[in-house]
Amino acid sequence: MRGILSIPQVLLQTLILALGQLWANRVRALLTTLGIVIGVASTIAIVGGTQGLKAFVLKEFESFGASRFVIFPRNPRETPNRYSPQQIQLKLREARMLERTCPSISRLTPVKSFVAQVQFGDRVEQNVRITGMDEDWHLIEGRTIIAGRPFSRIDEQEQRAVCIVNDKAVEELGLDKEPATQTILVGGRKFLVVGVVETKTLPAIFGGGEPLSEVYIPFSAANAMKPEPIFGLFIQGTMISPNAFDDLEAEVRASLRRSRELKPDDPDTFAVRATEQAISSINRVSVGLTIAATCIVAISLIVGGVGIMNIMLASVSERTREIGLRKAVGAPPIVILTQFLVEAVVLCLSGALIGLILGYGLVAGLRAIPDGPMEGASVPAWSVWLSVGFSAFTGIAFGMFPAIKAARLDPIEALRHE
Amino acid sequence: MTISIRKVEKTYIVGEQQVRALRGVDLEIKKNEFVAIMGPSGSGKSTLMNIIGCLDQPTAGSYLLNSRRVDSLDASALARVRNQEIGFVFQSFELLPRATAIKNVALPLMYAPGKWFGAGKRAAEALKRVGLGDRMDHRPNQLSGGQKQRVAIARALVNSPSILLADEPTGALDSTTSEEIIGLFKELHEQGQTIVVVTHEEGVAANAERIVRLRDGKIYSDWPRRLDPIHGEYLRTMMRQAMELHGSVEGATGASTGARTGERTGDSTGASVGGAEAGVTQEPRT
Repeated sequence: MRGILSIPQVLLQTLILALGQLWANRVRALLTTLGIVIGVASTIAIVGGTQGLKAFVLKEFESFGASRFVIFPRNPRETPNRYSPQQIQLKLREARMLERTCPSISRLTPVKSFVAQVQFGDRVEQNVRITGMDEDWHLIEGRTIIAGRPFSRIDEQEQRAVCIVNDKAVEELGLDKEPATQTILVGGRKFLVVGVVETKTLPAIFGGGEPLSEVYIPFSAANAMKPEPIFGLFIQGTMISPNAFDDLEAEVRASLRRSRELKPDDPDTFAVRATEQAISSINRVSVGLTIAATCIVAISLIVGGVGIMNIMLASVSERTREIGLRKAVGAPPIVILTQFLVEAVVLCLSGALIGLILGYGLVAGLRAIPDGPMEGASVPAWSVWLSVGFSAFTGIAFGMFPAIKAARLDPIEALRHE
Repeated sequence: MTISIRKVEKTYIVGEQQVRALRGVDLEIKKNEFVAIMGPSGSGKSTLMNIIGCLDQPTAGSYLLNSRRVDSLDASALARVRNQEIGFVFQSFELLPRATAIKNVALPLMYAPGKWFGAGKRAAEALKRVGLGDRMDHRPNQLSGGQKQRVAIARALVNSPSILLADEPTGALDSTTSEEIIGLFKELHEQGQTIVVVTHEEGVAANAERIVRLRDGKIYSDWPRRLDPIHGEYLRTMMRQAMELHGSVEGATGASTGARTGERTGDSTGASVGGAEAGVTQEPRT
């Protein structure tokens, strides 16, 4: 006996055969692979969209600073009427205490925020957000002073009537570009403008929108002013490292619960949040969506796979005589098996290819939504491999039974088949 | 010896019944013989053909093909033997409908190690050999019945098999085309090809060198054509003498055939001698 059939030759031959077969039955093939087309397209779209959303949210959070945290008063949802606002309010002394007792805190500022009327000359702005904070705020928020000077410790200690405004407020009030010598009225009191800070707006999905006028004054000055916000202060700060959130949370809870004399069973009357924590929750959401996408692709590929098996069984049945002939002229069972398996895999992969094209189209569509949050939508390589791999696996898994059936046909019976 | 079959038996189990299709067949076929295997349906000739063609395996007995035992091989090994030693020609041609003539002819080379490259050239040569050098790119539906069978014969020849094994090769053809195909077989035989034709048409068998007759799973007559009970020159001479004696062709034919063959076999197929001589395909009357 001369040599044996080489595997690459068999694969190449069967591939050519399979492509010819699919082309001859292209409409049928297309309908058969519809399940796989939809599965792959929706996976690519979901993964691409998730990536876009994640990139968008991460970018937003990173612009805040990675190791920032806030502590704010919180009425426990479990017992909405148990605590009065006075009990829940964060107090200045609590802020100072936390600064002393929490080693994970790098910097901290109490923040008092309220709205008031602001006037410059004869221009009046109602409902301007006034924020009182320590000089550390500049380091915590990382917002750039574009004109004048930042606050200093002396401004705070001496409760000076100085303020920093944002560029939007400069525009709205008609202040000079160099406003350092100008005076504005904040809630009826005179404040000397010492600096201008850049405007940062939150994206629309976080409640931001058109930039508004902002006025910043020293915390001590704000503390002396009315109105008193109902839930008091909140605290902004930075951690010693972006990974210190767990320690920080534990320290803050221990300190505040002790100072507020909460019993072990009582819920917290405050909350600690960090951008890191938000990022990790975004990551969790993204992982969840990815798992959902994987389930969708798995289910639709199983459904698609049943279709593939059905059509391959039909194909084996209608090509029984051909199989008989091939066997008679010397095709060994393994080659017949390979032929039908390759055909099933090629069928699935063509479906996957169409699905990929559709999926990329959907992602491009998401990206093209003007001002939408999906501008960073992209298709990661792993999702392509995942869907292509799943499809090929479906082809093998569901093509195996028909292929074995074909390989086991008796050539005599097959040639007699009508 | 190309084919050497000894005491071959084949028993099928159909339901709870055993069907003994072959009951001890001995057959030897030398290189370059042109043998016709004949028999009525149920005689076991199809079973014998399947065994010769390595499509099936005997229940008992031995089969040597080119001095190699092939009676107990697995499916893959049998496939390889078929690929390299046997060229099949079927009654209904069995061409792949979407493939061109040349692609159809090249089919066995797909399964022949190392012959895929250059398959086109070999297939073209085989098509020229059967006189279809100008029809290579035609699809089966663009070919006549005779041309289809020529393509099938080219396919059978393309891998230079030891045996050309034809199963009722003219069964789906009209008489003129049948003669063409038989003529092609004779031509190939003259070129040295070993040919085994399984048929129930006396007109086809009349062209073979040797005629093997089966009945009830056994060979009852295996003679060169000139000694065959129906086509033999001996018999024909006797017939002619009988006709001269009685002066009537019709009256003598059936009776004397039955009488002569009866000595050896007990009964004959009783086909018309006149039909057989003319080489016209005609159903045997039983």
